[in-house]
Amino acid sequence: MEILGLYYYWVFAILLMIGLYAVIAKRNLVKKLIGLTLFQSAVFLLYITMGKVDEGTAPIFSVTGSNIFSNPLPQVLILTAIVVGISTTALGLGIVVRLKEEYGTIEEHEIQEIDER
Amino acid sequence: METLLDILSWVSLSLGGLMVLIGGIGALRMPDLYTRMHAASVTDSMGAILVLVGIMLQAGLTLATIKLIAILLFLLISSPTSSNTLASAALLAGTRPFEEAHQSDEEDKE
Amino acid sequence: MIVIFGVVLLTLLVITAIAIVRTENLFVAVMLLGIASLFIAGNFFLLDAADVALTEAAIGAGISTVLFLSALALTSERERSKSSNKILSFTVVAVAALVLIYATFDKPRFGDPDAPVQTHVAPWYLEKTPEYIDIPNVVTAVLGSYRGYDTLGEVLVVFTAGIGVLFLLGSGAPLGSLPQEKINEGLRHHLIPRVVGRVLIPFILLFGLYVQFHGEYGPGGGFQAGAIIAAAIILFSLLEGEQRALSVLPARVLLGLVAFGPLLYLAVGIAGIVLGGNFLDYSVLSSDPVKGQQLGILLIEAGVGITVTGVLLSVFHAFAARGR
Repeated sequence: MEILGLYYYWVFAILLMIGLYAVIAKRNLVKKLIGLTLFQSAVFLLYITMGKVDEGTAPIFSVTGSNIFSNPLPQVLILTAIVVGISTTALGLGIVVRLKEEYGTIEEHEIQEIDER
Repeated sequence: METLLDILSWVSLSLGGLMVLIGGIGALRMPDLYTRMHAASVTDSMGAILVLVGIMLQAGLTLATIKLIAILLFLLISSPTSSNTLASAALLAGTRPFEEAHQSDEEDKE
Repeated sequence: MIVIFGVVLLTLLVITAIAIVRTENLFVAVMLLGIASLFIAGNFFLLDAADVALTEAAIGAGISTVLFLSALALTSERERSKSSNKILSFTVVAVAALVLIYATFDKPRFGDPDAPVQTHVAPWYLEKTPEYIDIPNVVTAVLGSYRGYDTLGEVLVVFTAGIGVLFLLGSGAPLGSLPQEKINEGLRHHLIPRVVGRVLIPFILLFGLYVQFHGEYGPGGGFQAGAIIAAAIILFSLLEGEQRALSVLPARVLLGLVAFGPLLYLAVGIAGIVLGGNFLDYSVLSSDPVKGQQLGILLIEAGVGITVTGVLLSVFHAFAARGR
């Protein structure tokens, strides 16, 4: 039973590292942004997993009152974080589009070569 | 009565799962885009209906059932439309169906 | 028992993530990213985070896919180079993963009600919300009232990102008159998507309004509603063409929405000061403090929804207008 819970944290670690690999090893700028999105999603998964309580339900008081709720605080934090994530992704994509217009390419090494000339 | 509803919903959910599996296998094994969409549409239509009916039987006559009916209606309207749009987009982009592509290959060889 | 579903979803998520990184076609990567977001949203729901699941599905699987696709339409669709330093990156990443996995053995047991995170502030919020604010959804109460200052910061972040994209890519209005054949017609010649879309858009807007105002009683709130309403109008502009969408909701109106949302939020905060309380103190907004809290949360959620709608639509139009 404990392995089941640990599995969530292991998937967080693996997903985090997959996203980080895409950011550092891939040369295409849009691929890096996609990797960053995966990285953020892994962090969200970690926080929400930590907030879960056994036999709990969503933290919404309802008429059929069960009294055990999962922790609302990580959920508030992650709600904010998801929207901030999409905002930074949108800004990043805007920068990538402008880079393509100025340099003609979105491969990182080609941009560096053009800059060095 | 309770047991009858339970059994009906189990049967419905299992059949729905089977339809999803069939759609998935079809989407992997079919030769080209159009036949793959045809296979995936099994998931969207029969799979969705059976799974949602199974859940509705579990929920009984509550507000949740009405919401599930609304979801089912939305799925039944939007997924054939998106398949149609996808197919016309593929046709406009030049993806040719399997039979036609192979027939013209054979004509070229002759 | 239900955690088994979560385990299956997580395994599929890892497989999808590996496929995202390995594929060369960027359109395929973006589509798989949408699927991965949906798996994560499903998992959030299994972990009792209903609000977060709704937000991740609406924003991660919906809006994010649209933004990536419109950016890809302006850049290339294929990744043209191989990875650099594959061995080194893979080693660094593998070592970091092993260290993290080693650290997870010290974590409190999954779901433990006595874990440190469950014992300090959270029980106070769960206990005091019926007394001070009296709305069923504790997440909205914490987001809107107890941590309202953080939400103000977040609305300003969304506003800044919208302004940033508009600076980079222009406001979406055409700079001169276009020759007739270049006007984007969308899918106007395709009858089926157009008719079905026209039937569905009012219901999507209605659902967005439902989610906005129902945020205090169930999962919902400003962020999700803003994303859903923006999705309805993006659907309209995909079907009818961008010119028509800009004549229905001009760029100036969208800029007005982008500015009005944070202003509404700040106005509620300053109204707290004017009426004798602190900044963002909702108890003084009405004679009964509990009603004042509810009124305050309603107003700021409206501000949040307006901001998110305006920013997402402005960003979409900025990307869509750039291709001409």
